[in-house]
Amino acid sequence: MDTPEKLTTIPPQRQNSFGRSLNDFFLSIYRIYLFLARFFKEVFLPPYEWNEVVKQCYQVGVRSFTLITVTGFIVGVIFTKQSRPSLAEFGATSWLPGLVSIAIMRALAPLVTALIAAGKVGSSIGAELGSMRVTEQIDAMEVSGTKPFKYLVCTRIIATTITIPLLATYVGFIAILGGFLNVNQGEGTSFSTYMQQVFEPLSFIDFEASLAKAVCFGFTIGVVSCYQGFYADKGTEGVGKAANASVVTAMFLVFIEEVIIVQIAGWFR
Amino acid sequence: MGKPKGHIDYNDTVISIKGLKKSFGSQHVLRGVDLDLYQGENLVVLGRSGMGKSVLIKIIVGLLRADSGKVMVLGKDVTKITDEGLQELRLDIGFSFQNSALYDSMTVRKNLEFPLVRNQKNITRPEIDKAVESVLDAVGLSQTINQMPSELSGGQRKRIGIARTLILQPKIMLYDEPTAGLDPITCIEINDLINEVQERYKTSSIIITHDMTCAKHTGDRIAILLDGQFQRQGNFDEVFDTDDVRVKPFYDYNFIQ
Repeated sequence: MDTPEKLTTIPPQRQNSFGRSLNDFFLSIYRIYLFLARFFKEVFLPPYEWNEVVKQCYQVGVRSFTLITVTGFIVGVIFTKQSRPSLAEFGATSWLPGLVSIAIMRALAPLVTALIAAGKVGSSIGAELGSMRVTEQIDAMEVSGTKPFKYLVCTRIIATTITIPLLATYVGFIAILGGFLNVNQGEGTSFSTYMQQVFEPLSFIDFEASLAKAVCFGFTIGVVSCYQGFYADKGTEGVGKAANASVVTAMFLVFIEEVIIVQIAGWFR
Repeated sequence: MGKPKGHIDYNDTVISIKGLKKSFGSQHVLRGVDLDLYQGENLVVLGRSGMGKSVLIKIIVGLLRADSGKVMVLGKDVTKITDEGLQELRLDIGFSFQNSALYDSMTVRKNLEFPLVRNQKNITRPEIDKAVESVLDAVGLSQTINQMPSELSGGQRKRIGIARTLILQPKIMLYDEPTAGLDPITCIEINDLINEVQERYKTSSIIITHDMTCAKHTGDRIAILLDGQFQRQGNFDEVFDTDDVRVKPFYDYNFIQ
């Protein structure tokens, strides 16, 4: 007869694959909940790791700066170029700057930044923490009287939450500049006129929603990549999985959040 | 002959373990372990791979939680201690990891400074430099101070790992497979270093290994972990003076083959 202890856990060989997946899914939800609870508990308690936060902000910014600049500029150019024919059919190419600014500020800037950051920064954090976990460096920190969660995880989540909105704002302006290049070539619009037309259709809620989105995306990328890296296992294979899962999960959640925040912002607009 | 006994105080128990049990799922790794470590003693824990030797020292330092039993370390019960208490206790315990666990993004100097600057907020730069130089001198690797861990050999990494634990001047040292993966000459150097640490820093140590040469050179007492419990304890000659088929192969493989 099975003892109560045995009955509480179903051996893996007696679960079907659906049962295992469901079990793993709810287990990971619970672990993420514990991870977030630990983050909010530790982040407000001293000692505060300001030096490490600044260092991580620099790392996050530097790691993605070049790629984000180039991508932001190209997005601006391409979006303007692709939108022109549709507007030209109605003789409305003068609306191009307004269209560019709305699309970039409301959607493209935070989204493009988040996707690039998820790829560059998320994978990097996932791999770095994963590697530290499997080589026992995190355990070494713990036994030497340092709280690795606070030192490694809290600092990185704060850094991505602060830096990604800054990068998103920067991408917005770079993309608008990219748009200007195209509008200037096509319509001969001056820079001051272009900028005036760019800001005309934008309201404060657009900037707020864009910033809120970027903050959520930054927090999500930080949490997902730190979670995947901090709990990596199974040696080098685990490091690769952590890096991969950081990118895939963060990107998926970014899109989900995009939909939710667009809906919420729509109610206020 | 085993290692001559040093200054061991048998009236001062630094680690006392009673009825320690630990399982991972259906695998019962530790099944009621009892163990005492005395002040100034080097205790070698021998056992086959997967027998729970590393689990034992990870429970002692609080990296793993025991299922049941009592683990008293320097008078504090690790199984019931608060997070803050555990963090404070860990400052008195040095843990040398099997793969050294050096922080690969930091130089040797930064690796050694890290525990010091994290735990002694008011320490000055000259005091840090002096402490770093002292432990590097103790492990004989002063020339590596500005190197990255990736530039060090396996033996050097082990030594720096030990130096990093020594910088907080622990009372207890826990060595997890200190000679694993090293050539015989480097193994002898590491064994000598373990004995030097015992003498110089007056530490009590638990050395996890299945290297008999290491056990013979460093152990004041040998304990053999089999089937989740300590089956034999004593000095090197006492432990291996047996016909137990589970114990004899350790000796035969290393010293007869």
